[in-house]
Formats: sequence, structure tokens, C-alpha cells
Amino acid sequence: MDIVVCIKQVPDTATVRFDKEKGTIIREGVQSIINPPDLHALEAGLSLRDQFGGKVTVLTMGPPQAESALRDALSLGADEAVLLSDRAFAAADTLATTYTLLKAIQKIGLPELILCGTHAIDGDTAQVGPGLAARLGWPSITQVAGIEAVEDGAKLLLKRLIDQGYEMVEAELPVLLTCHKTLNTPRVPSLKAKMRAKKAQIPVWSHEDIGAEPDKIGISGSPTWVDSTFVPAFEAKKEMLQGSPEEQVDALIKRLKESGLI
Amino acid sequence: MCGSCEDICLPGAIVKEFKEGPSSTDIEAYSDIWVICESPDGEIPTWAGELLSKARELANKAGEQLAAVVIGHSLGDKPKELMGFGADKVLVVDDPRLGKFCDDIYANVLAYMAKKELPSVILAASTARGRAYIPRVATMLETGLTADCMDLDIADDDTKTLLQTRPTFGGNLIATITCKKHRPQMATVRPHVFKATEPDMAKSGSVINYSVPDELLASRARVVESHIEPLEGPDITEADVVVTVGRGIGDEKTLEKAKELADLLGAAMGATRPITDEGWLPDRTQIGQTGVTIAPKLYIGLGVSGAVHHTVGIRGSEIIVAINKDPEAPIFEMATYGIVGDVHEILPLLIEKIRQEKG
Ligand SMILES: Cc1cc2nc3c(=O)[nH]c(=O)nc-3n(C[C@H](O)[C@H](O)[C@H](O)COP(=O)(O)OP(=O)(O)OC[C@H]3O[C@@H](n4cnc5c(N)ncnc54)[C@H](O)[C@@H]3O)c2cc1C
Ligand SMILES: Nc1ncnc2c1ncn2[C@@H]1O[C@H](COP(=O)(O)O)[C@@H](O)[C@H]1O
Repeated sequence: MDIVVCIKQVPDTATVRFDKEKGTIIREGVQSIINPPDLHALEAGLSLRDQFGGKVTVLTMGPPQAESALRDALSLGADEAVLLSDRAFAAADTLATTYTLLKAIQKIGLPELILCGTHAIDGDTAQVGPGLAARLGWPSITQVAGIEAVEDGAKLLLKRLIDQGYEMVEAELPVLLTCHKTLNTPRVPSLKAKMRAKKAQIPVWSHEDIGAEPDKIGISGSPTWVDSTFVPAFEAKKEMLQGSPEEQVDALIKRLKESGLI
Repeated sequence: MCGSCEDICLPGAIVKEFKEGPSSTDIEAYSDIWVICESPDGEIPTWAGELLSKARELANKAGEQLAAVVIGHSLGDKPKELMGFGADKVLVVDDPRLGKFCDDIYANVLAYMAKKELPSVILAASTARGRAYIPRVATMLETGLTADCMDLDIADDDTKTLLQTRPTFGGNLIATITCKKHRPQMATVRPHVFKATEPDMAKSGSVINYSVPDELLASRARVVESHIEPLEGPDITEADVVVTVGRGIGDEKTLEKAKELADLLGAAMGATRPITDEGWLPDRTQIGQTGVTIAPKLYIGLGVSGAVHHTVGIRGSEIIVAINKDPEAPIFEMATYGIVGDVHEILPLLIEKIRQEKG
């Protein structure tokens, strides 16, 4: 079963600090990690490959340093990795991103299964997976929390989370899944794979390499624009309670009683 | 059936007339506002009224017609009720093959309708299902989509541009996103972000039954079983009091303490994203842009910093109480009552004193 796993490198929100004066994030010193849901997509891909053979290719579109995310994926056991990096890809919204990923996947050769994360923790649109599937004309099943291969891997039986529970969905390959964090527990890198990952040659493809039309990628291929930004304003009745912890708690209870809440 | 495959082909989805229609950049060809409601089980969700109420305002401002689009099965007379929230007409696709939700089928249906009718704006709910198929539709229509908007407006100039407001990622800033050069302009909104107006049962309009080509109603995927689980405890979006825990609670022991407070107040438990990411509380307790929107009488935040992503979900709360050890935490900007202190110290005191009050 040939599988492509789409991963994104994102800032680790646990290490992100805010500049309170400017209201912006401080990017220096922030570690980059593989988008956490994508690790579950990768794990799902690796275990299906272990079961059925074939290869797992990890694909990312990002700046040159996104290569380290691909090396991490190789050290977890991915067979191949491709980096899509080109200034012309910059500032892509999801429409441009799915077009770029599609062109790259066509160059890699259409797999039987494409796996994405449910959402990227930085932008959090959750649009890339379904959008990519639409471009391929493939079914997509989102928020997958369980995968069972049936009929020798010709079909998958999937547990898909919905707002009030879950559904079981049967899908014939080829198909695209977005993987939820409850799907599996990602493996840890093996020493051997780590060594191999260090030495691996990772191809870097530009828009010319994948035959992408310049007006469909990056900022020119993105219909959405950030028009303006502003700091939110609140007209709350603000009161900081004073005194010792005990006094503060007493003051709070008094006010909540007055409002009839206790 | 399928047009000769181009570079980006949607098998089964490209019907002849698709190709002859205007492109997404031909913006003059598009008019009207659509609100989409998917209802495989034949029920109309409450968010449909919320979205329509907001869309009515937008339609008035833009001087356009408002249509509700209902896709599903066993709908009966229910779509008609949407007229009460201001829809001028209701387009209905009712078919047994839509009786179970299937991402690509639902997307095919909506994309087909939009390519024929050319709406200028499409609004949909950011539910698990909306998030599953609306991005497919935006891709098929080659247009932009802004997810999880917290507000919508129409620009004051005469371009009828949809102003889509959501937090920018990372910063404590709010951004206005537009899709000026493409149509339709598409946005999703979480349930409960907008308030529904009182339905006007006297309002009338036309219900149009719409049929779509058979080949759009087939997929290689199908739902074989559904499991709807009733929620435990008070529903967070309905509760009068919500006790919310953030990363500042530090450990699971303090989480137990917070639950004790919630029980005492008959409150629902809420969480920030780090808490649900950690798996300490279920996903559906996450409040904020990518979680639920709440409007309780009382919100109590324990160790919550107040990132915009979170606070957009609590703006409708009547009283906001924040307990945080950092006097600079942004949550204090919007708190009705703030306590600067350590939750490990304040929380047990609060529980003890409320117990005393209650006798
Ligand atoms: C696209 C996107 C969407 C997002 N959507 C959401 C969303 O829907 N909902 C959401 O909540 N988040 C969301 N986030 C994450 C959001 O940006 C913040 O990271 C998150 O809300 C912070 O959670 P927190 O307040 O629990 O943690 P932190 O920001 O880490 O804050 C912890 C706070 O606890 C205080 N504290 C620490 N120890 C103590 C103590 N002992 N006593 C008292 N106080 C203490 C600290 O001073 C600090 O202010 C989203 C992020 C992105 C990028
Ligand atoms: N630049 C990218 N390169 C590769 N995959 C991506 C990229 N952006 C998003 N994805 C994939 O799409 C999923 C959803 O991302 P998003 O739609 O941005 O929330 C992620 O979990 C990834 O699997």
C-alpha cells in the first residue's frame, strides 16, 4: 500500500511567548515541531505499510528549515521524504496549498492512501485535507479515530468522530483520511532509522519541478487576504479584588451573592 | 458524465454546464447570500436559525436576497420554518442517498447548486460535518474559505465585500479577512456565535425543490453505523455557570478540585485548548475559536491566560471571574472580578467558603 503523509512544521505553542506590549508572538527561541496531529497520521501510515508492504512518503510544503520535520519523520520510519520549498509558495492560503500538494503528489505518483492531520495547530483551518481530496476527486473521511483494513486492504473500515459521537465508515481505496489524536500512539524513533535519516538525501522541489502554474500558488493563488488587524476591546466592569487570599475570596463570594449566583 | 479530465478533475463532479459557467473571478455574475444547512437525519439544527438571523442583517446591508439551502433526507415541511428567520426562499435537496452524511456527496451537491445559481456569499456551520465538506466545496468552486469566524459584516463601500473576522494565529490580535476577487465568498461559523432572532411564523416565501444529477450522489465511502452518545453532565453551552480550567492548574489533582467547585455550583466544566490537547478533559469542553462558544451568567477561569483564541468564546458571559497568579495576564482585561493569586491556594479556600455559605 503506497501512502503519502502530508505533514506541516509548526511553532511549538508550549514554547511560544507573547510580547505583551506589541501583542505579537516572539518567534525567536520558539522550537519547531511536526504538527502534533500529523504524527498520528504518520503512525497510521507506518503501521499500514508494516502490515501490507509498500512505502510511506512524507511530504511538506514550507521554508527550507522544514527539512528537519521531514528528517524527524524519516527517523520514525518513513521511507521517503519530499520538501516543497520555493519563495513562490510563500503566503499560500488553503486553496493554493492544496493545489501545490496535488501537483507534488502527481509527480510522486498517485498513492492508494493519503493521510493528513485533522488540523494544523497554528492556522487551524482543517481545510487542507478535504480540499486536497476534492482536487483528486477522492472521498475524504475526517477526524478518523480508528482504522481497520478489510478485504486484504482493498477497503478500510474507519471510525470517524462527529459532534455527538462517532460513525463507522467503509471506504474503498484510494481515499484521503484526516487523523485524530486519539487514533494511535506514535512510535519512538529507532537508532538505526535515526542514522539513516541523518544521511538521507531529501529532494527539494520548486514550482517548476512540479509543473505548478505561477498564478495558482503562493500569494497569487490565494483568494483570501488579511485586510486589517486590530486589538480586541472589552467594556467589562473591571474590578481587581484586593487583600489577602482569604479577603479576596470573601469579596468574591459577597459579589456573587449580590448577583444571586450563590 | 465526467468532463475530459483536466489537471484538476473532479470525477463525476464536472458536468457539462459547469464548464460553460462563469469562473470564480467573474464577480459581477454572482449575487445573493446562502446559508447552508445539512440534515441527513431530517432535523434542522438550531444553528441554522442563528446563521440565518445574522445573514438577514448582511443581506439587508448588501441589498441582496437571502436563501437557506437544506441538503438532507426526510425533511418534510421543516425547511419552510427557516423562512421565519428571514430567508426569502429555501432551496431543498431531499434524497434517500443523502440520508447518511457522506463528505464527497454533500460537497458535490452544494458545489453543483452553487455553480448553477452563483451565490455571492455562502455561510455554513463549523460543526464536525461542516468542517468535513465545506472545504471541499470551496476547492471545487476555486474560491476562498475563512474558518471559524467570530463576526461577519458587509463592507461600507458598494463592493458588497464580506468582512470576515477571526483571531490571527499566534498573536492576541483579531484580523479581518476578505475574499475580494473571488466568488462565492465563503465562511464558516461555530454554533452559538450568533444569536437567533425570534422566528416570524407569518413570513412566507418559496420553497424550491432542487434535484441534482444522479452521478453526484455516489461515493466510494459510506456510513455503515452511527453512534450518537448523549452528553454527560450539564451541557456547557446551556449551563448558567461554567468553571474553566487552563494550563495554570498545573496538575490533574487540581483538576479534581475544580470539578468539586463545579459540582458545588451546578456548573459545567470548560477548558482551554492545552487542557483538551493533554486529554485531561474531553474535546467538547474546549471553549474558544476552535471550540464552543458560551454565554453563561457566570464564567470562572482558573489559571487561564486569556488568549484571544479562548476569549472570543466567552465574550457573551455576564460575569467573568479570573484567578491567575500573573497580574499582567490578558484575562484581567475582560474580567468583571479578578483575583491575582495561586489557584492551589485560592481554589480550596473558595470551595470551603462556598460550602459554608450553602450550609
Ligand atoms: C488557530 C488557533 C486556534 C486556537 N483555538 C483555541 C480555542 O478554541 N480555545 C482555547 O482555549 N485555545 C485555543 N488556542 C490556543 C490559545 O492560543 C492559547 O494557547 C490557549 O488558550 C492558552 O491556554 P491557557 O490559558 O490554558 O494556557 P497558558 O496561556 O499557558 O496560560 C496559563 C496561565 O496560568 C497562569 N498560572 C500558572 N500557574 C498558576 C497558578 N499556580 N495559579 C494561578 N495561575 C497560574 C499563568 O500566569 C498563565 O496566565 C488556539 C490557538 C490557535 C493557534
Ligand atoms: N504546508 C503543508 N504541507 C504539507 N501538509 C500540510 C501543509 N499544511 C497543512 N497540511 C496538512 O493538512 C492538515 C490540516 O492543516 P490545516 O488545513 O492547515 O489546518 C495538516 O495536519 C497537514 O496534514
